[in-house]
Amino acid sequence: MCRLFAITSEDPVSPMVALEALDVMREGHDGSGVGLFLRDLGGPFESMKDAPILSGIFTEAGLRRLDVKMMEKGFITKYKISFKLDKTPPSGVPKRDVYLIRAYEYPDDWEEWSWERKQTELTTIRLELRAMGEEKKDMIVFSFWPDVIMIKEIGDPLTVGRYLKLGANDIQARIVMAQGRQNTNYAINLYACHPFFVQGFSTMTNGENTAFIPIREFLQKRGFEGYMGFNSDSEVFTHILHYMQKELGLGMEFYKHIITPLAGDALASHANADLLTLLKQSCRRLIIDGPNCVIGSLPDHSLFMVQDRKKLRPGVIGGRPGIFAYSSEICGLDAAIPDRDKSKDFQPMYLDTAIVGPDRQEVQICRQTERLHLPH
Amino acid sequence: MSADGKITPSSLSIKDLHWQIDWNKDTCTLCGQCTAVCPVKAIELGVFRKRHVETPMGLSGKVTNRFSIFYGIRQKSEPKHACIGCAMCSQVCPNDAIIPRRSDEADKQRYHMDQGGQPMKRGGRRKAEGPGILDRIKFTRISMLTDPALDAGRHEFEIKTLLGRVLPPKEQIQRHLKGEWAPPVREIYPLVIGGMSFGALSPTMWEGLQMGVTYLNEEMGMPVRICTGEGGCPPRLLRSEFLKYTILQVASGYFGWDEIIHAIPEMKVDPCAIEIKYGQGAKPGDGGLLMWHKVNKLIAAIRGVPTGVSLPSPPTHQTQYSIEESVAKMIQSMSMAWGFRVPVYPKISASSTSLAVLNNLTRNPYAACLAIDGEDGGTGAAYNVSMNHMGHPIASSLRDCYKTLVEIGMENELPLAAGGGIGKNGNLAANAASLIMLGASMVQTGKYVMQAAAGCVGSESDRCNVCNLGICPKGITSQDPRLYRRLDPEHVAQRVVDMYVSFDTELKKIIAPLGRSTSLPIGMSDALGIDDRDAAERLDIKYMV
Repeated sequence: MCRLFAITSEDPVSPMVALEALDVMREGHDGSGVGLFLRDLGGPFESMKDAPILSGIFTEAGLRRLDVKMMEKGFITKYKISFKLDKTPPSGVPKRDVYLIRAYEYPDDWEEWSWERKQTELTTIRLELRAMGEEKKDMIVFSFWPDVIMIKEIGDPLTVGRYLKLGANDIQARIVMAQGRQNTNYAINLYACHPFFVQGFSTMTNGENTAFIPIREFLQKRGFEGYMGFNSDSEVFTHILHYMQKELGLGMEFYKHIITPLAGDALASHANADLLTLLKQSCRRLIIDGPNCVIGSLPDHSLFMVQDRKKLRPGVIGGRPGIFAYSSEICGLDAAIPDRDKSKDFQPMYLDTAIVGPDRQEVQICRQTERLHLPH
Repeated sequence: MSADGKITPSSLSIKDLHWQIDWNKDTCTLCGQCTAVCPVKAIELGVFRKRHVETPMGLSGKVTNRFSIFYGIRQKSEPKHACIGCAMCSQVCPNDAIIPRRSDEADKQRYHMDQGGQPMKRGGRRKAEGPGILDRIKFTRISMLTDPALDAGRHEFEIKTLLGRVLPPKEQIQRHLKGEWAPPVREIYPLVIGGMSFGALSPTMWEGLQMGVTYLNEEMGMPVRICTGEGGCPPRLLRSEFLKYTILQVASGYFGWDEIIHAIPEMKVDPCAIEIKYGQGAKPGDGGLLMWHKVNKLIAAIRGVPTGVSLPSPPTHQTQYSIEESVAKMIQSMSMAWGFRVPVYPKISASSTSLAVLNNLTRNPYAACLAIDGEDGGTGAAYNVSMNHMGHPIASSLRDCYKTLVEIGMENELPLAAGGGIGKNGNLAANAASLIMLGASMVQTGKYVMQAAAGCVGSESDRCNVCNLGICPKGITSQDPRLYRRLDPEHVAQRVVDMYVSFDTELKKIIAPLGRSTSLPIGMSDALGIDDRDAAERLDIKYMV
């Protein structure tokens, strides 16, 4: 089982806050890997919110191939983070040549492009780089998106964080999502490590999605190149979120209705029963199964948590106006935000979608049985 | 055989028969029940003359003969009276004095079952014993990470499926918001009672099935559906609210459809769906067959035909020229008849050409499903040669169709129904789960229902299988009131309910350890494994040893 921690704060925080919270929950994870997703960045990235940032791990040769490729495309490096690493990585952490976090200037001809077109192109470039890297085993690319950084590595989360000196350098963010385990359902592969990312949507999951294969088969034929990889059964949570919002135009309150739809009388007596019944039918292949706690970040800087249909995984939200954290266990919450009103901690149940919006003032609870705002 | 008896080519001895009757003189009470009950008159009262040689001790007198008579059972050896092994004689015998025994070698009667140049016809399933591919598939992806594991007896499970054309999500939402027509979709239980006609089945059997299905729906909350088969539908059912649990079948003989069409204005509810039968797994390329023995006044009235004539349906729908045209026109006509409120779908026999029909359906926006019937499916009457040698296994045919749908991204839009030998070896839930995970949205079974709900004794090794002759000893497939009165519809209904409720539990016992409960695991092929490399490769599932 893995452990999850996420935080959304008005003031940028170091990712070490999340890794330390993961560390107090280490009885619940095996410390085999770590994944970090950072958004709404602080520090030096504060002033370059529009610049796409490439996150990944490269060999020296891979870096040279990257530079050639990006130059061909007209991208110029605007800013990069330099990791000053010890010569020998700690036990259990592989030796890498380059951990890359690099912000680029858009090519000149992109200036006129709409955001929609830019999104498509950024995705295409990320996938091109990923394919190049898989061919020669010299690049691993996690994300290429404005105001987003992703770091993933094998090894104990806190040890990796200290090794990368994440507390000391310039990496700070108002939204941090962290997960403490290498995916072990399938082969060890950094692409199987949560959180996952596609076009501004990111999720991470504690659990196992047993309906993975039918969901993957469905997504692969939706005609969007970003639905790929599938190295983990949890990756599809990100894809479904993207599909729901971008393709179907449905808001976050529909997510639970897609992945764990209501059944029986609860569905029949819902104010939007007609639409939800049709949605359940047409999105039947996107119904997830198994125990799952999903935490995700949306492009509007909302942070959410949902549970599976039976609420079989732990998850709690707590904080105060200005800062809220999502954690697998209460001890993680205590480590990150000790001075909060604990009586207001909230554990979302099987019908709930818990959202902290971009203003970070409150936890909104959206129950699946409530009337929905219909799309137009 | 008498001294001046003649031996003809078809003179058989009891040894030549497939079944021999073991009769015990010591325990027989001579009550005569066995001879009365035997459906093929294989046994009759035997009067036996016995000679006793009486030799006095010490040669004190002449050796004499004494003759006595005793009564018992004599087995006939003519092919038409060959014992069918149904064992009704054993069932009625008060002293267990009689039982049929299978011959210890291949029988010779098989060469003589074509008297008068008529090839052998029978009911039942393809002759094939032992476990099939479906029985060998195992569920190997036990979800160790599902912690706490799902409990088949405690947790909520959604064991339902969809019958109907499902639109892609975006189109579905748009049509709903604009208030436009969308294809009808039924939410049903994934185990459907496959088409067995009123005519093929006795009135008591039909009534029992309908009562059982109704009870499951109304009292157990299980949306079970039953298909009529090609033989029409009793007028009262057509005009009742229970029609919604019924799938009306139309096939190439159109039997009973005059009555159905005329009843449409008087229907209280729509039927669940319309199944257009193009083929049957048990006898692909051959039409339905109700032999004259079973066409009595009631059957003739419902079907709209004269009494006492055999009713062979043509191999295909004769009014059209090609399957594409036929499917399109039939679906359109049937949809129109019910105002596009009822799902309409074709049923075909599994074949290497199944994909041609599937591809056609993907382009027909009104096609609600494709039902595929494999070679192990049952039938009420067919030529023996068709049953044994024609057809295609359901597993690979279904898998090919499902993978084709996945390839074009339509696996959720066009449901597949699989039938043909589900539960043939008693493994109903395991077979059904395998087919669902190979891609079936639902499975259909008929023969298993006859066995479980009515005690059919037919087998895949030449036992009974006289459904075609109207002499079913259990009264399941007979139209003779003396026979079908043996079957109490209430008891059949009870057994249908028993069967479904236990199936439901068994299905949960399979899918719960796989970590599935929120939706039916259609296409969850990663859960399946088989100990046959070729089968694993063909079905695209795991090979395991």
